[in-house]
Amino acid sequence: MSADRLLLGGFLAVLLVLPAVLSPYYITLLNYIGLYAMVALGLVLLTGVGGLTSFGQAAFVGLGAYTTAALTTAAELPGWLAWVGASPWLTLVAGLLITATVALVLGSLTLKLSGHFLPLGTIAWGISLYFLFGTMESLGGHTGITGIPPIELFGWTLDEGGEIYYLIWAFLLVAMLTTHNLLDSREGRAIRALKGGRVMAEAMGVDTSRARMIIFIIAALHACAAGWLYAHMQRFVNPTPFGVHIGIEYLFMAVLGGAGYVWGAIVGAGVITVLKQWLQDWLPQLLGASGNFEMIVFGILMVLVLHRAREGLWPILKKLVPVPAVRKKIDDAAAPLPRRTLPAAGEPILVAKNVTRKFGGLVANNDMSLEVRAGEILALIGPNGAGKSTMFNQISGVDTPTSGEVLFLGKPVAGHDSREIARMGMSRSFQHVKLLPTMSVLENVAIGAHLRSGKGVLSSAWRLDRAEEARILKEAAWQIERVGLKDFMYEEAGSLALGQQRILEIARALCADPCLLLLDEPAAGLRLKEKQALGELLRKLRSEGMATLIVEHDMDFVMGLVDRVVVMEFGQKIAEGLPDEIQKNPAVLEAYLGGVE
Amino acid sequence: MDISIALILGQDGITNGAIYALLALALVLVFAVTRVIFIQQGEFVAYGALTLAMMQGGSVPATVWLLLAMGVLVTLFDGAAALRSGQARKALGVAGWNLAYPLALAGLFAVVPVASLPLFAHVVLTLAIVVPMGPMMYRLMYQPIASAPVLILLIVSVALHIAMVGLGLLFFGAEGQRTPAFSEASFDLGPLLITGQTLWVLVVSALLIVALYQFFERTLYGKALRATAINRVGAQLMGISPALAGKLTFLLAAFIGALSGVLIAPITTIYYDTGFLIALKGFVAAIIGGLASYPLAALGALAVGLLEAFASFWASAYKEVIVFTLIIPVLLWRSLSTHHVEEEE
Amino acid sequence: MTTETVHSNAGAAQPVLEVKDLCVSYGKVEALTNASLTVGEGQIVTVIGPNGAGKTTMLSAIMGVLGSKGRVAFDGTLEVVPEVERMVARGMNLVPEKRELFGEMSVEDNLVLGAFQRYRMGKRDHAQTLEEVYALFPRLKERRDQAAGTMSGGERQMLAVGRALMAKPKLLMLDEPSLGLAPLIVREIFRIIAELRRRGVSILLVEQNARAALQVADYAYVLETGQVAMEGPAHLLADDPRVIEAYLGFGKHQDMLST
Repeated sequence: MSADRLLLGGFLAVLLVLPAVLSPYYITLLNYIGLYAMVALGLVLLTGVGGLTSFGQAAFVGLGAYTTAALTTAAELPGWLAWVGASPWLTLVAGLLITATVALVLGSLTLKLSGHFLPLGTIAWGISLYFLFGTMESLGGHTGITGIPPIELFGWTLDEGGEIYYLIWAFLLVAMLTTHNLLDSREGRAIRALKGGRVMAEAMGVDTSRARMIIFIIAALHACAAGWLYAHMQRFVNPTPFGVHIGIEYLFMAVLGGAGYVWGAIVGAGVITVLKQWLQDWLPQLLGASGNFEMIVFGILMVLVLHRAREGLWPILKKLVPVPAVRKKIDDAAAPLPRRTLPAAGEPILVAKNVTRKFGGLVANNDMSLEVRAGEILALIGPNGAGKSTMFNQISGVDTPTSGEVLFLGKPVAGHDSREIARMGMSRSFQHVKLLPTMSVLENVAIGAHLRSGKGVLSSAWRLDRAEEARILKEAAWQIERVGLKDFMYEEAGSLALGQQRILEIARALCADPCLLLLDEPAAGLRLKEKQALGELLRKLRSEGMATLIVEHDMDFVMGLVDRVVVMEFGQKIAEGLPDEIQKNPAVLEAYLGGVE
Repeated sequence: MDISIALILGQDGITNGAIYALLALALVLVFAVTRVIFIQQGEFVAYGALTLAMMQGGSVPATVWLLLAMGVLVTLFDGAAALRSGQARKALGVAGWNLAYPLALAGLFAVVPVASLPLFAHVVLTLAIVVPMGPMMYRLMYQPIASAPVLILLIVSVALHIAMVGLGLLFFGAEGQRTPAFSEASFDLGPLLITGQTLWVLVVSALLIVALYQFFERTLYGKALRATAINRVGAQLMGISPALAGKLTFLLAAFIGALSGVLIAPITTIYYDTGFLIALKGFVAAIIGGLASYPLAALGALAVGLLEAFASFWASAYKEVIVFTLIIPVLLWRSLSTHHVEEEE
Repeated sequence: MTTETVHSNAGAAQPVLEVKDLCVSYGKVEALTNASLTVGEGQIVTVIGPNGAGKTTMLSAIMGVLGSKGRVAFDGTLEVVPEVERMVARGMNLVPEKRELFGEMSVEDNLVLGAFQRYRMGKRDHAQTLEEVYALFPRLKERRDQAAGTMSGGERQMLAVGRALMAKPKLLMLDEPSLGLAPLIVREIFRIIAELRRRGVSILLVEQNARAALQVADYAYVLETGQVAMEGPAHLLADDPRVIEAYLGFGKHQDMLST
């Protein structure tokens, strides 16, 4: 048994026996820690992994709590609704549905905007809901709702702290397990790309707006379930625990524990809950006044954590118990992913016709035309500032020409987002390498196969995606081997040299099974050996029928490698032809070396 | 509702709207220059109002000790750094502003009985205590992580908001306070009774907005702040350090916040935690302006003020719900006009 | 490629800038390795080299925009950690590759902001400096009220240079001033660079336009994959076939073809 399994088993065993040895006070404390950790876990996914945040999680907790409180205590429900009030388990479903709907609406309002609109929206929405709970007569106003029945499970009535303890921690552990599974899957890689890799992920076909929505809803559902448990544990609800300031506390838990780590949720919830108990006893005595003075300490503590240990406590704790990382196994028996049929050699794949792009007074591209044919390497070269990158953006659909058009496999590129273009079979690398530095080379490359697979969040959470996952990893491993990075497969991508990172980008693009490869300055900053290796790889790909467009500055790299060359200067084409012709072209020499009489 | 009630509500709405406009302008400014979402603006409002109230009540405002504590920390950090790099004169300057100044204020309170001073002196002293906390806060809390992602800066703001509310409770107690009006005068304008304090609010807000406009259009420091907001790298290459721009911005924001507090203290009862709700309405207005447009934010603030006034008449229990729900259509509109996938900073 | 050339600019009269063993890394990727260079007072020194060689990184590190390891001595004082505002205050200015203008502000506001650091130190002579800059760039005077963002590439470059001159620098560092500009404007820019030297400004020029840069410079460094591969008096390097080879790889490739 591996060390991490052993630790986990020990933790579970301790959890199991704790109610037998602890006093009710500590069991209640553990119940709260479990509930808070569940909310914080949602924030781990949202904030630590996805780079978004919400101060309104307490309002989602409130939705779960109030839904079940209102439905299970209502004297008479309208006939069509009556069956829901019959059991807390049904009201849990009702609460989850309501929460998902609200999160969906709120998410669709804010998630397309830049990341700070979501937290601001959640503050406003958290306040609204808090006031709503407090003013609606049917929800008991500020006094709240009492007489909530306990949960029953297989005939047991969970009306003691030591009983519901098991349900709370079972919920939490399931939530942690499914979150952990989700992050280690196709959808999980997409989610992990949200923080700092959105542009790259979109180019690999990931719908990042949808991925943001998914984690926002999952976080809301975790909060809602915690609210449901809370209502049936307390047996009454009032608005106080669902205000924005409690929502802020949840975020503090996630950040303090380690917002990027599933286990950080428990650590954060534990530390904050225990600290709060202690400070609430101690601070009013010290200060000689009563009030929530622990907030002063929490606020300052949070600033210190963000200044000194932004990753939170979990990574620090983890260092104390070194557990070796488990490598992913590549299943050689897995079936290969489906491949697309490449167009016949010589057939035009990409055609740019009279592309002009103006930015205000600047004409970045002027009447540019070029053609890439199947099975050839075309180089687009020119001095710095010639407009190559702008042209690249027109071709890859990142930007839309002012006039003229770009056709890919006969279809116009303009008007399609980078996801659709990736689906059409164009795959690209970036001039400034875009990869997820803390993920392994294998996982980085696997993102490329996003569109060639389809298992969703639920299958990932419950591990029903393993057959497809094995196929994806096998494909990624094969592409890594193909480009010659096999020895680095399990290294962190950020630890590779620049040249290897560029090669990694090509492997990732290949993993999408494209028929056209777009490479933006792949040789920039590479050492001679690395350039030679890259040239070797591109030749090999060509022999396998791949069409490639290289935008380059480095003439030497291009000349021995490509079939045809297009030269740009001042946004225009100044020459086109075979490498030998281009090398002797005086206009090209002039453009490159410059000249002032 | 008849016309006279509508006029009264309109007057209330515009008065509050003017305050929200000031706060919204400060929020937009702080975000543009420093990328900080200034959640704790509300606490500057409350600290302004309640510091004034404490002096009106004849006691030495506790905020002066907070100023002193922050000043000591800044002196320790910056003074030590200056001494280490052999800049003795700079260290002296740091200590002068951050240590000698708060001490001088505290000394003043020790010598002069607070109750004997006129209202005007209390207002000046309130600003003298609360406003310098702005730049000190930037120095201590944001400057060390100035290049962090917006999200991190936001969490810092929220943490500071929480801490400041707790400190507010400690300093001012849980009781609400209301200060006497600057002027007891009132005017009849048709069916409308305009109080002197309303005029004070409107005139001071208008003057402040004009002054801010002049500052940004005419002075080199104002232009430097605009330049930082437009292009941080470019500004830095001109020698406009992000630290300087940040401190200056926080000075302005704290001034606007504290002054707003002083202005509304005679109109509404202010509690230690009231500021949050007031500032959030400024936020709703700032979001209407996309956290970028000053005129839109100011207009949004008036809309928020009016909506709030009329909502309090029609559905007073749901007043806050209605105001904060207002941002939903605003966000919808902003969301529909955005099609771009961008990397978060 | 090792530094076979025995030349060194160490003997330059009164060095304004002395950089020794400068290293910069982005994460684990080293972008600049032990780069050393000297700019003498009144000299134009150029750094040439292919894309991605680390030229911009080098300027950013000297200016203090990027963190670095190594020694940077400016105007006789060693900077332990170069800090942008301090460097500006001491008379070093960088015209960055991307220009970094204040697009929504007027040309004149852009220029005046160039004098911010002087203004802050109490030297409030920007009205006069503005006239000097306008004299050098009459085009900017014509467009003084126009928003910087609406100008053409050449005008933007002039504005960027003009803005830096407002600080009355001792050392002006130009990052690819000819980037993306038409030949006529490039000629104009280089004319101004020569003119500035006549006025006593020392210049560190990073260029991809190797011929123009070597023609105007006194001394040159060739940077390749983060290291100084060659250095020498500019007129000697201009005729050195190895520069063309290192820079473009042309020569080498032709050799390969002929064998």
